[in-house]
Formats: sequence, C-alpha cells, structure tokens
Amino acid sequence: MKPETFAGGDAASATESPSSSRRTFLKASVAAGGALLLGFRLKPTSAADAAPGAFAPDAFIRIAADGSVTMIMPQVEMGQGTYTAIPMILAEELDAAWASVRLEHAPPNDALYGNPTFKEQMTGNSNSIRAFWMPLRKAGAGARAMLVGAAAKRWKVDAATCTTADGVVTHTASGRTLAYGDLIADAAKIEPPKDPPVKSPADFKLIGKPLKRLDTPDKTDGKVIYGIDAMPEGVKFATLRACPVFGGKVAKVDDTKAKAMPGVRQIVVLEDLVAVVGDHMWAAKQGLDALDVTWDFGANANVDSEQIWKQLRDGSAKEGLVAKAEGDAAKGLAEGEKLDADYEMPFLAHATMEPLNCTAHVKPDSCEVWVGSQVLARAHRAAAHACGLPPEKVTIHNHLIGGGFGRRLETDYVDKAVRIAAKVDGPVKVVYTREEDIRQDIYRPVYRDVMSATLKDGRINGWRHRVCGSSVIARFLPGLFKLTKEIDIDTVDSAVDEPYDIPNLRVEFQRVEPPVPTGFWRGVGPNNNVWAIESFIDELAKKAGKDPVEFRRAHLGKNPRLLAAVNLAAEKSGWGSALPERCGRGICAQPSFASFIATVVEVEVRDDGSIKLRRVVSAVDTGIAVNPDIVKAQLQGGLIFGLSAALWGDITIEKGRVQQGNFNDYRVLRIDEVPDIEVHVIASGEAPGGIGETGTTAGPPALGNAIFAATGVRLRRLPIDRTLIARKPS
Amino acid sequence: MISLNVNGETRTADVPADMPLLWVLRDVLALTGTKFGCGIAQCGACTVQIDGLAVRSCLLPVGNVGDRKITTIEGVGATPAGAKVQKAWLDLEVIQCGYCQSGQIMSASALLATKPKPDDADIDAAMAGNICRCGTYVRIREAIKKAAEAA
Repeated sequence: MKPETFAGGDAASATESPSSSRRTFLKASVAAGGALLLGFRLKPTSAADAAPGAFAPDAFIRIAADGSVTMIMPQVEMGQGTYTAIPMILAEELDAAWASVRLEHAPPNDALYGNPTFKEQMTGNSNSIRAFWMPLRKAGAGARAMLVGAAAKRWKVDAATCTTADGVVTHTASGRTLAYGDLIADAAKIEPPKDPPVKSPADFKLIGKPLKRLDTPDKTDGKVIYGIDAMPEGVKFATLRACPVFGGKVAKVDDTKAKAMPGVRQIVVLEDLVAVVGDHMWAAKQGLDALDVTWDFGANANVDSEQIWKQLRDGSAKEGLVAKAEGDAAKGLAEGEKLDADYEMPFLAHATMEPLNCTAHVKPDSCEVWVGSQVLARAHRAAAHACGLPPEKVTIHNHLIGGGFGRRLETDYVDKAVRIAAKVDGPVKVVYTREEDIRQDIYRPVYRDVMSATLKDGRINGWRHRVCGSSVIARFLPGLFKLTKEIDIDTVDSAVDEPYDIPNLRVEFQRVEPPVPTGFWRGVGPNNNVWAIESFIDELAKKAGKDPVEFRRAHLGKNPRLLAAVNLAAEKSGWGSALPERCGRGICAQPSFASFIATVVEVEVRDDGSIKLRRVVSAVDTGIAVNPDIVKAQLQGGLIFGLSAALWGDITIEKGRVQQGNFNDYRVLRIDEVPDIEVHVIASGEAPGGIGETGTTAGPPALGNAIFAATGVRLRRLPIDRTLIARKPS
Repeated sequence: MISLNVNGETRTADVPADMPLLWVLRDVLALTGTKFGCGIAQCGACTVQIDGLAVRSCLLPVGNVGDRKITTIEGVGATPAGAKVQKAWLDLEVIQCGYCQSGQIMSASALLATKPKPDDADIDAAMAGNICRCGTYVRIREAIKKAAEAA
C-alpha cells in the first residue's frame, strides 16, 4: 500500500518549551480536525536531567473519523526504512489496520519529537528503533486501551472482555464490533493508562514480518519530493562557492562577466561565500563559473595531509584519557609474547546522492524553509539564527532525504542557504554542485588506533587500545562531552565494548583536532575501533598459530550472541574450504550498535594488485528484527558503503583545500564491482539493536583480513594501497 | 523557444540551446523526478531515455535533442519494460533512499527494451554508470532478472 501523502512538515513553527517535569503520563485530546490525538511523555533517565528538552511529550498517532490512522514520524527517512519500521511498531500495539496507516513528517519540535537517547530530534547512530522501541509500543498500547475503554463503556461491558484487530474493537461474547474511527470522541474522554501493558512478542502480527515499505512506491515513478525538488511559487535557483580553504573569507569579487550571463539574476557576496541566483541552476552555475573571486585564505592556507598525519601520529605517542580499565593492563602487557600494531583511517566525504541543498524564502517578518534534515529542530534554529528572526517566525518543511549518512546531522547548509536567501527577493533554492558538496563537507575524521597485546599460552593476556582522532561529540553534543569528562564516547564506543575475553585491558582516548571540520559518518566511532580490533585479532591469531575463526571462538566465552553469529557466518561462507590461488577469506566479528554481526568477505587479489570481491556473507543477531527484509537491505547496503570506503575512500588536503571533487576522483563501488551479499538474520527475542551502520563498520576489516589470507600482506592503513599487494616479480 | 517531446507531450521552454536537458526538465518544466547527482555524467542519477536509449541528461545540450522522444521517470511506466522494472523494483524492495533510483530504473528499462533477457555481463555494462550510495546493487541485479522473467 501507498502512504497517501507526506503531508507533515507543514507549517509547524514550533516553540520548544522543554519541560522539567518528571511525570510520565498520557494525554489525549480531540484535535482541531476532529481526530483523536494521542501522545505520551517520555520518562526521563537520570543522565537526561542535565540536557535541555529532555522530558518532552510526543504525539505520534492521529485517528480520524474515517478510520485512517495518521502516524507522525519522529525520525526521518533517508533510506534506512524507519518510515516503515516505526509505523509497524505503532500499528502492532495499536492493532491498527495496516492499510489505514498514513504518514506525516514531524514538525521541528525537540519537546514533542525528541529522540529519547539524545533528547532532541535526531536520526543517527542507528538508534531510531532502539530508542523508540518501548516508547512507541507504549504509545500504541495506550491508544488501544483508550479505544477499548470507550467501546466497553458504550456497551457497558468489562474492557477485559473486548479484543482488537485491524482497527476494530470486538466484544467477544456478543460479537458486537466498533471501528476505531467511530470511537475517537469517546476515547478522548478516557483516562490515559499510566503504564499500558504491551504485547508478548508471541502475539506480534506485524513485527517480524517483511512488510512492504511505505516510502518506496513514490520512489519508482518520480512522485517523491526530496528537499531538492521543492518548488515554491516563483522560486529562483542559486548555487554557491565557499572559500576552498577552511575558514577563509571573500576578499574581492569582480562580477562583471557573471552579471552578463543569460538567466543570471543576482550575485550574492557574503563574508565566507559567493552565490549566483538565476532562472535555473544552469544559469546560476554558469554565472558562478564566470565570477572572479579573490579569497583571503586565512590561517589554513598551508595545511596539508602530511602535516595532519604527523599531528595524529605524534599525538598518538602520548598516553590518552582512560576510557576503560580491567585487570592490570601494564602487568598483562609485560607477560607473554607482545605484538604492537597501528591502524589508520583517512578523512572521508559523505557524498550523498542528493547533493546538499536548501530552499528558503526570507521576508522582513517571516522565513520559510524547505530542506531534508536529520536534525529538524536544529535546522529550524539554524535558519532562525541565520535570518535573525525569532524561531516562531520561521517555518520549516522537512522532506524525505536522498542519503544522509550523517551529513544532514549538520546545519551548515541551512545556515548558508538562509543567509543567501536573506539577500534575495522571493524564494530561492540553493543547490550545491557535487564539487562544492565534497569540498565543503564536514568530514569523517582521520583516526589512528594504536594497539598492543600479549599472548600467553595462545590466549590474549594483556591489551591496550589507544584511540586517537578528533572528537565530533565535543562540538556536536558539548554537554555530553563534559559529562563524560572529555572522553569521546562515540570515538571509543566499540573499543570499550570489545567482545573478547581479555583479563587485562586498557582503552584510552587521545584527542587530536586537525584544522579540518569533522563530523559523523555512517558507522561513526565503531568504524575505527572495529577496523583496528578485528585486524589486530587476526594478527594475534596468526602469531598464536591459530585459524582466525578458531581464535575468535576461543575468546568469545562472554559473548554467546556474537559466537553464534561467527559460527553461522563461518558455516554459510564455507570457511576453511579450498580457494584458488591469491584468493582468501577474511572475517570480522563485532557487537557494535547492539547488533551482533559476523561477516566473511572473500576476495581475489589480481597480480596487478587490483581486488575482485568474490562473495560476502553476513550473519546477524539484531534482537527482534522489526522488518527482517529491511534488516537485510541495511546490511547489504552498509557493507557496500564500508567496502567502498576501504577500497577507494580518501579525502586528502593540499594547501588547505580538499583535492577531490566528484565521483571521478572520489570513487565509490559500482554494480559491476559488487558481488552477491548474503545476509542471514538470526532469530532472537532480545530488544532490537541498531542496523543501519553496522555493515559499514564490518566491511573494511573483513576485507583487510581477506587480503591477508590471499596475499600474506597485512594492510594497516585505508584505503587499500594496491601497490603493496601486487604480485612481486620473482 | 525550444520545443521538446517529453513523455509523449509537446513542451516548450525558453532556454539557451547549450543548457543541459537535466535543468530544463527539473527547473523549467518542473519534472523533478529526474535527479541531479554529479553534473559530469559520472553517477547516472540524471538518466533519461532519448528514443528509448539511456542518456545522461546532465551533459546533453537541450538543443541537440531535436524531435527525438524524451522519456523520463514520470513517463517510463507507460512503456512495457518500464512498467515491469517498476514492479520488480517494488516486489524485491530494491529502493532505500531512492534518490538514484529514477536513473537506475531508466537505465534498467532501456536495457530490457533492447535486450529482454540480459545476463550478468549485460547488466554490468548497462548499469555500471549508475551509482547508488545506499548500496542497492545486489537487489538491482536481482530485480532486472525478475523483470526480464515477467511476461
């Protein structure tokens, strides 16, 4: 079925009034349109008390008299399937008819739609289902209880004698029925249950089924509207160029030629960027190319990759803040055969298929914005700040997103577009060229993970993992960073959660901030940790003379869920069976994002060092898989995203500028390079884990280990250097 | 004034002849289903069909189109191959964010229109110009085969 409309996003100029109340309650009202509006307030956790906007009420369900159930989506859809999984959870507990479900984008409002983990509207860290799992079930169950209560009251029977299914309440004994749509006025008068019971998983009718996605039909025929497709009446088109050196400014602009280009309407010069407004993107782009801009490059004009790597390597030589300590790491590292290794990862761009864009109409007393954002309330605030209007004068419309991967957790592009629009009479759509999108990204940080371990009787005895890189959290969630005593809990996430039995362990965080803006990128902190841990475990297995799978099994005593995934992946991949020359299999096992996944990559390394991916097999225990087909799709896609990065991804800096600019020099995998990817979902009754990013994390180490198996060459730096694995002339 | 045949209709646009078809479709004719991805024919998001052949509209000057028939994602469902591809795409849930999928569907339906039973090498050749960042390639391959099997 098709969602009727994505009507939401409309006109909600929310004021955020974070409540400090700790009460948990449900409230209901018949909203203006006559629909029963059911909401709930999230119970705060102790850690949340410090954060503003923490204890916000949410409102996700609206039932109309015609029985249609409109669900307002607190998390944004950027391909990961949340606009199907969230409705499934709500509809499950509500016992709504699946065909009656309609979707709306939530308006900007941290108080109403804040992510329970982050206490603000934020779609990231693979946590939509993890964070909303129980709150949404309670919301659905509470709504159902009120509808049942209304029906029972009308029939003068005990509510416990009524059942629900497909949007209808049935009194079992008499066979009487009432549709939800006929109960909305009465249900609003029922006292909301404080803690409604939720279903036993054995009674799930929707959860666990591979239901069809609600967002995809409109994506097959051009009907879908992303931010870049917004077309407000009278819209003009603009494209921009910011100073190519980070932090640089505009010194001088000669716009004589640009102004003369056909279709060019206006040149906008701001402190940090220039933009050209035209009748269409082509005119704007032609105009931009004709602009003669002199830049003041500022302090970063001589920054280059070599300096940044030196900064990181020097930093990593120093002891970091202790993120975790168990046993006696110093003693453990002094006993047994020692191995040291350092693993590095480069800057990466997000390169979402939908280039950055934002449409805005700034008037003297109001502002309207059309955009796709992973943080809508932040985007709303950024727009208000950029045009100097109070937030209540700013209306923002969210859209389906043509790829987020963390890029749209930032609001720099909203800020820039609104500042440009403030100089333009009428609405203007600001679209980044691909080159600008890549050169003005907020990059995945460079990381260096320094590993040391000892082996005693074939087992790991001591372990030190020093994670070195910038802290995105310090900028993005400064309150949290302070709370965690300046240890970036994302950057060390999977280092702290390493899955193996290690008696003496120490994890350190060493913050090094290069002069390049850094942000979240699909896979976030676990990417660097798992790349290091899973490569290093392979190196330790080799040193111990053990098979990589056997060595992992022997150390997974405390982690039966991951052990089961390893066993299944090994079985399904034919681990241990013979392969042709210069072919190899590599495994990666990780418990990141609360999903337990084991991945086997099989490669061939050709004589010239080029790599052919032959096969990928993943086994995952993600707890209850709300929609197992979406889980599979996320792993397939996540693995390709991570393998792309391992094989090609590299943003380098010279003279303060990013050297890459488009898909010709920022390569990603194409269909002819991608093998079959088998995903096996392990049945589980545990709470759902995160799934959008864990495949990305798994790809690089599994690939590196496979290359080692194929060639005997250990690679410790990404992307893969083909010259190191080309066959040496004999 | 340039006259174009788009999805069987005659459309006119007052634009320079060297303007790429992509921007005429999106910004002038408001047919936003065709996507901008790279501007240099590297990603395939802008793929349309010109007389049934897949073409990157981001580099095609509108003045070069002439009276040839332009089919976009908004119109491809009216072709037998396009309808089969759209159905297979949904049956196998190929799509994630969907931004590249207009181009993927246009390339795949052009392939099937000329080669009804493509093998893996045919699929690679026809589809390698279409990048998907969500990584839907495995399902694209399956869906093309499924569409090819459909009567």
